[in-house]
Amino acid sequence: MTSVTHSRGPQTTRARAGFTKGWWDRLPLLPALVFVLLVTQLPFVITLYYSLQRWNLVSTNPPRFVWFRNFVNAASDVTFLKAVANTGIMTLSIVVASVVVGGLLAAGLNRDFRGRTIARTLAITPFFIMPVAAALFWKTGVYDPTFGILGWITDEMGIGRINWISQYPKLTIIIITTWQWSAFALLILLAGMQSFPTEVAEAAEVDGANRFYTFRRLMLPHLRPFIELTALLVAMYVLENFAAIAILTNGGPAYATTNLSYYVYLEAFSAFDLGRASAFGMISLALAMALTIPMLRVVSGIFKEGGRA
Amino acid sequence: MNRRRASALDPLLTLLTWIGTLIMFLPIAWMILTSFKTEEDAVSYPPKLFFTPTLDHYRRIFENDFVSFATVSVLVTVVSTLIVILLAVPAAFALTVRPVPKWRDILFFFISTKMMPIAAGIVPIYLVARTFDLLNTSAVLIIVYTSMNLPLAIWMIRSFMVEIPRDVFDAVAVDGAGRVREMVQIIVPLIKPGLASTALLCAIFSWNEFFLAVNLTTTVSTLPVFLQKFLSFGKLYTAQVAAVATLINIPVVVAGWLAQKSLTRGLTFGAVK
Repeated sequence: MTSVTHSRGPQTTRARAGFTKGWWDRLPLLPALVFVLLVTQLPFVITLYYSLQRWNLVSTNPPRFVWFRNFVNAASDVTFLKAVANTGIMTLSIVVASVVVGGLLAAGLNRDFRGRTIARTLAITPFFIMPVAAALFWKTGVYDPTFGILGWITDEMGIGRINWISQYPKLTIIIITTWQWSAFALLILLAGMQSFPTEVAEAAEVDGANRFYTFRRLMLPHLRPFIELTALLVAMYVLENFAAIAILTNGGPAYATTNLSYYVYLEAFSAFDLGRASAFGMISLALAMALTIPMLRVVSGIFKEGGRA
Repeated sequence: MNRRRASALDPLLTLLTWIGTLIMFLPIAWMILTSFKTEEDAVSYPPKLFFTPTLDHYRRIFENDFVSFATVSVLVTVVSTLIVILLAVPAAFALTVRPVPKWRDILFFFISTKMMPIAAGIVPIYLVARTFDLLNTSAVLIIVYTSMNLPLAIWMIRSFMVEIPRDVFDAVAVDGAGRVREMVQIIVPLIKPGLASTALLCAIFSWNEFFLAVNLTTTVSTLPVFLQKFLSFGKLYTAQVAAVATLINIPVVVAGWLAQKSLTRGLTFGAVK
């Protein structure tokens, strides 16, 4: 290196200046990048290492390297397979229901009427409610067969008092989570509808197109990227649904509402089987990536443009 | 013709919209109402709409260790949000105003970290926290919440920086020393409202977070963990739970309402304005 410096002095100085400048440019980025890498990415690497070991805190045996046995065992673990299915069913239902409910509300709120701002504010409020608080209150205040408002409504309707949580455990999780995330969908889809050029709608109206036609042929195509984005983001957060499950059902009855995140939690902090928990964690990571990366690719156009008006 | 038909339909659509809106808000209204009932009224059948309101439950909130949990919540939320903003502003600067090579890849790296389930990392996070004696401390929550919110904050702040007109930058010196000044004195004031709503959004996420809090802390913890303890009391404390839940949701809901305008942008990583 020194000899090179000797023979091509000025050029290297320039190169070094460029190098220094490059790092000077990167400097503001580094703290954030290092922080995120250390706290969110490094754990995944360590988890991968743990997942290859038999390591139970309850047993007296020291951790032992067992290669992929935890993964192989996962394939024959009925509860694990159930957790995968539950994650799929609950995530899909919540994403679809949130987009539909949020979309309908957005369509209703995207019109001129008195008190529109108040209605919008009320309708988005469920999204801000602390999930633990929401689940805790819904458990007694809404879902309880004797004291809950839902039990009373079904009783008045003549269906009788339904014990929602024990009879329809998955549905209760889906309803409460949809309640919170449809408010989120509403926010994004309403923004999407408001960015629909009014001239187009007016032109369509002049042409005699009715409202339904305008909505289906012009508004829906315009909304498509917004719907995809909403679905991606809701899926991303709901895959890790935890508070509602922990509070309402504890993953039960008989693991009926245990999703992958909750199963990892049970394996790690109830069964203290860190090897298995790590393997399940790795699998849920792989599944989450397999699901969201293609979706991210679909919507990446929206991000690349640096935002939509 | 078309217009007349539309206007005949309008009151009906408005009515339906209001019904939908009220259904969304009903559980919250019911929670607030319950918080003013006595425990007997709260579990009466049929549910009581009219009752003699009481403030007992709000008074009783402060009797047990609510205050210590609330203090941790405030501390963790405020400190982690401050660190997030302090780290995110320079990072967004390096990805927008003076973009580093491959800035687009780095941006997508940040967003992809949000797609990875935190459950996959919880075992090492727990063990590392244990090694450094950080379990059951505010510090560990501040660290994990900062990393949880950083990607979102970088994307959101970047989307505000992108909107600053180019000639603002052309007007200032581009030498190394001027860069800090450029960031602090010129860019930050321009995006102040954006920073405020970014901070509000990060604060909401920290305030409400449960998974990391319940796994890494027990007694020195935040309000969601405090609330979870009511679970063992079952229906005995329905009204009390409603009062606590109402009180601790007030700051978040107010923050959400205040940030409404730029909320969409934050929640979509700046993709929708």
